[in-house]
Amino acid sequence: MKLLKDAAYTLGLPVLLILLWWIGTLGGSNFYVPTPAQLAQTFVDTWFSPRLWEDILPSLGRLFAGLAAAIVFGVGIGVFIGSFRTVRRVLEPLLEFFRAVPPPVLVPLFMLIFGLNDQMRVFVIAFGSVWPILLNTIEGVRGTDEVMRDTASSYRITRVQRLAYLIVPAAGPKILTGVRQSLSIALILMVISEMFGSSSGLGFLISYFQRSFAIPEMWSGILLLGLIGFALSVVFRLIERRILRWYHGLREVQREG
Amino acid sequence: MTPEPSGAAARPLLVVEHLKKVYPTATGGVEAVRDLHFSVPEGQLVCIVGPSGAGKTTLLKCIAGLLPITSGRIELLGEAITAPPKAMAVVFQEYGRSLFPWMSVEANVELPLKSAGVSKPERRAAAADALHAVGLDDAGGKYPWQLSGGMQQRVAIARALAYKPKVLIMDEPFAAVDAQTRADLEDLIRVIWKQLGVTILFVTHDIDESVYLGERVVVLSNSPTVVQDDVVIDLPAERDQLTTRSHPQFAALRSHIYEQIQRAKHNRGTETASTPTVLRRH
Repeated sequence: MKLLKDAAYTLGLPVLLILLWWIGTLGGSNFYVPTPAQLAQTFVDTWFSPRLWEDILPSLGRLFAGLAAAIVFGVGIGVFIGSFRTVRRVLEPLLEFFRAVPPPVLVPLFMLIFGLNDQMRVFVIAFGSVWPILLNTIEGVRGTDEVMRDTASSYRITRVQRLAYLIVPAAGPKILTGVRQSLSIALILMVISEMFGSSSGLGFLISYFQRSFAIPEMWSGILLLGLIGFALSVVFRLIERRILRWYHGLREVQREG
Repeated sequence: MTPEPSGAAARPLLVVEHLKKVYPTATGGVEAVRDLHFSVPEGQLVCIVGPSGAGKTTLLKCIAGLLPITSGRIELLGEAITAPPKAMAVVFQEYGRSLFPWMSVEANVELPLKSAGVSKPERRAAAADALHAVGLDDAGGKYPWQLSGGMQQRVAIARALAYKPKVLIMDEPFAAVDAQTRADLEDLIRVIWKQLGVTILFVTHDIDESVYLGERVVVLSNSPTVVQDDVVIDLPAERDQLTTRSHPQFAALRSHIYEQIQRAKHNRGTETASTPTVLRRH
């Protein structure tokens, strides 16, 4: 019963909108707006084909490679910067500046520097999505509880173990907030990096369909991107729930108390 | 009347000599501790009381090697303390901020041992023993925040015990728990102290608690801190929440320390006690 109710809440609005869309496209045949049935058919025809492994999977591969690099560097450098007050104070304004620069404008620049290849695209994704992770990690490390630090010192916890068992877990909630912000940036950059000088990938295909007036195919690509973004955030939520089980439990206890 | 232990056998374990601590500020510095002077022989349970703001926490952090001292000397086992010593464990008042909430109770207790390079089966056993000693045999797999405040402080005590320190420093450990839990924890400290023979430095602002727990109570003055009084607690070793607290000597000691604290509130930085005070039995 509860499951049904949840499903009704989740699917209610999308179903209603599709219904409206269906009614709206009943009579006419607008060149730019396909009917729901047309779009579904096009979606299957376009993407359940060799494009799945020739375009979608490589795109997703670059997305995850870029994200992984952003997480590794963001957390690694963030822990370092966050641990030293002087380093933090010197670097923070600069980092805020880099964060403020919209990453898509750097794509042409990186193309010139690295050439038109996969490494460039991965680099663009990593470079654009590293900032929220980096800045949040610095913030989280800085906010590590004083008493916990004193506890670790008084028990002579070694430097490496202090990182693994105190600093990184304590910054965990902040780090994952940063990763969540990075997900959408990474997806945007995945698409944009493929729109320039590329001959494969989701971003390439969508702009190719646009240029060749394959309107239903273009819409199906946009639909696919939306679904990928949605799936990413669902998977991320599951992972986050798991990693931060202690955090959500603690918060719940504090709210009750 | 128990005389102060003396001679070679009772060489002080912990010595605080002319301790001075000034916090640097823009306007030249705040003197928290002026000239503290006392020593603790091995195996003693000493309580430190003082009016609020007496620099108790500053003193403890200095002793624990967490805070650099301005001048003077703190010595443990004959060696000056400049960093947290191996033979010392600290139990903080804020158990909720001292236990790591992302680790199970067991992992919290084991972490200091893991860092010290103790093998896995050994630290498992040590953690189980320590949790047993504080009466938490079944809590090992839980997260600290799933336990009540009193139980969390027991976990912090277990972590300290598993570390097998020579000196256990406790900074107002029971200030944040309810009265009944507090009485239980006080008795637990007495039992642990007797069973393990560990030296305990117990800081509290509660006069009754200091008399009930201690073999000796050091009264601190208001900040900048000096030793206001040093009182021998000559109550029977076997203590009990009912009989000990209604003992006439308990009342006498309590009112003596109460008076000292009242005087301490107005006394800033002039030492009055040089030898331990021993109250006459009524």
